[in-house]
Amino acid sequence: MLRLDNISKTFNPGTVNEKAALTKLSLELKDGDFATIVGSNGAGKSTMFNAIAGTFIVDEGNIYLDDEDITFKKEHVRSRYIGHLFQDPLKGTAPNMTIEENMALAYLRASRASSKLFSRISAKDKDRFRQQLQLLGMGLEDRMKQPVGLLSGGQRQALTLLMATFVTPKLLLLDEHTAALDPATAEKVLELTKSIVAERGITCLMVTHNMHQALEVGNRTLMMNAGRIVFDTQGEERAKLTVQDLLEKFRAGAGEELDNDRVLLS
Amino acid sequence: MDSIFTVSIFQSALELGCIYALVALALFISFTILNIADLTTDGCFTLGCAVGAMFTAAGHPLLALVMALVTGALAGFLTALLQTKFGVESILAGIIVNTGLYTINLMVMGFSSLVNLFGCDTVFSLGKDLLGDTFIGGWYKVAMVAAIVIIIALALWWFLGTTLGMSIRATGDNAEMVKSSSINPTFTITVGLCLANSLTGLSGALIAQYQKSADINIGTGMVTIALASLIIGQTLIGNKGSMSRRIFGTILGSVLYRFIVAIALRMSVPAEALKLVSAIIVAVAIATPYVRKKVALKKRQYANYQRNRQEVKKNA
Ligand SMILES: Nc1ncnc2c1ncn2[C@@H]1O[C@H](COP(=O)(O)OP(=O)(O)OP(=O)(O)O)[C@@H](O)[C@H]1O
Ligand SMILES: [Mg+2]
Repeated sequence: MLRLDNISKTFNPGTVNEKAALTKLSLELKDGDFATIVGSNGAGKSTMFNAIAGTFIVDEGNIYLDDEDITFKKEHVRSRYIGHLFQDPLKGTAPNMTIEENMALAYLRASRASSKLFSRISAKDKDRFRQQLQLLGMGLEDRMKQPVGLLSGGQRQALTLLMATFVTPKLLLLDEHTAALDPATAEKVLELTKSIVAERGITCLMVTHNMHQALEVGNRTLMMNAGRIVFDTQGEERAKLTVQDLLEKFRAGAGEELDNDRVLLS
Repeated sequence: MDSIFTVSIFQSALELGCIYALVALALFISFTILNIADLTTDGCFTLGCAVGAMFTAAGHPLLALVMALVTGALAGFLTALLQTKFGVESILAGIIVNTGLYTINLMVMGFSSLVNLFGCDTVFSLGKDLLGDTFIGGWYKVAMVAAIVIIIALALWWFLGTTLGMSIRATGDNAEMVKSSSINPTFTITVGLCLANSLTGLSGALIAQYQKSADINIGTGMVTIALASLIIGQTLIGNKGSMSRRIFGTILGSVLYRFIVAIALRMSVPAEALKLVSAIIVAVAIATPYVRKKVALKKRQYANYQRNRQEVKKNA
């Protein structure tokens, strides 16, 4: 499904700020895998996601999606089959456009035909959007004409999730997408994520700083450190693993540079 | 009122307001929607004026408008190309094209800085033949330019609601989101700038026919004037709200700007001073919300300072 083959990325090469963020990282995901990723701040988790999504082209190595080499594909091309959610709920939606307009743009990924360029939002589209919004249970279906900028962070993130999965992506990248939300909303968005991913069998990578989540959610847990994957567990081994075990691995891997503030135990 | 405003002044302010509204709409697309300061405007306006004048002089007043539209779009395309494909900063890209256009415009005008169209057929002389004897009478020019602006405004409103139009709006609103919605920002920026500058070019050609002349310097300061119109409109109508409201506000701003100019001229402000006046309008309009916030903060700071001082005194 997804295969990262020895990818590397160095920021600001040749300067004092040189930073090797990814160092010969390799990873293979199977169809339908839902892997959680943990790792200390600066381990390179977001950088790996950006490499996959195509925010930049990697310095070395190759990226394959469904056996297609996408190493040099542009971001907007990859986004046809890769959904990407960020910690910041403001990133995924256009604030001055209405909810239905945002959804119409997300729906673009389904229809590549250029005949669609000059079509406006139809009544049928609106019905479809309304049905989708009802799934969120946030009452957004009654606010479709309002600019997204008026929504709360949680509502925006839920909408972004809906938009990213509206047209089922081959791969969904979730970069701490509930971290900026209050606990109740975070829980709700996470439940929504789990149900959408499970229902459609979407292959998914999710970064979290919550060790409990890292073991509970999905079928596989990855740990990153210094730009590579240092631990990879699934199946029975993962089922037996406790939060304590994972924390110990984390400490060993991170070489004591553990940032307590951001590691949540529960 | 009567002493300041005669009917003919009212008419010409309406006429110019509608013609220049096209440039204001161009800036609405590039500056407000795409969030790009497109400085191609000045040169592009002159280009439309020059191209329009040459075709009009050759006896093709309608083709003149079409050609001005097309060449304007080309100028916008160049600016877009420089910034999307060659990594030139957007402001710089506009400045470069604008500078180059000066020579191009001179070439178009046959290396003369002034082209006269006296005695040539223009859309306005054609319109007069057609409408002059009907009930519209002396208002035929107003009717024509108003019709043009209304048609373009409707078309623009329709377009901005299409998938492509929405993609362009999203590009200015949240560029990152656009890329992750599989929209190619290079494409949307290019379409947006072509569209904006085609309107600027059309406006230039209409002015050439309206004034029966083209002047190599006619576009100087046009971007500021259009911005002033845009801001006047936004101040009155607000820059949020529905697309139709905002488009209407932009046109209204342009017409009002022409009324302000007409009043200023009437009160014998010299014509040369008008560019200074529009520069001041733009500067004040953009600075006002910022300064207002600053002043409010300073007031609170001062009140806080006074309170603290009194408390110190009390305690002493
Ligand atoms: N655009 C950039 N320019 C320069 N350095 C960068 C850039 N993006 C990331 N880095 C550096 O690369 C390293 C990895 O950053 P990354 O954001 O991938 O970490 P992370 O694992 O997502 O951390 P966190 O848990 O804090 O989100 C960091 O040292 C960071 O400073
Ligand atoms: Mg990160």
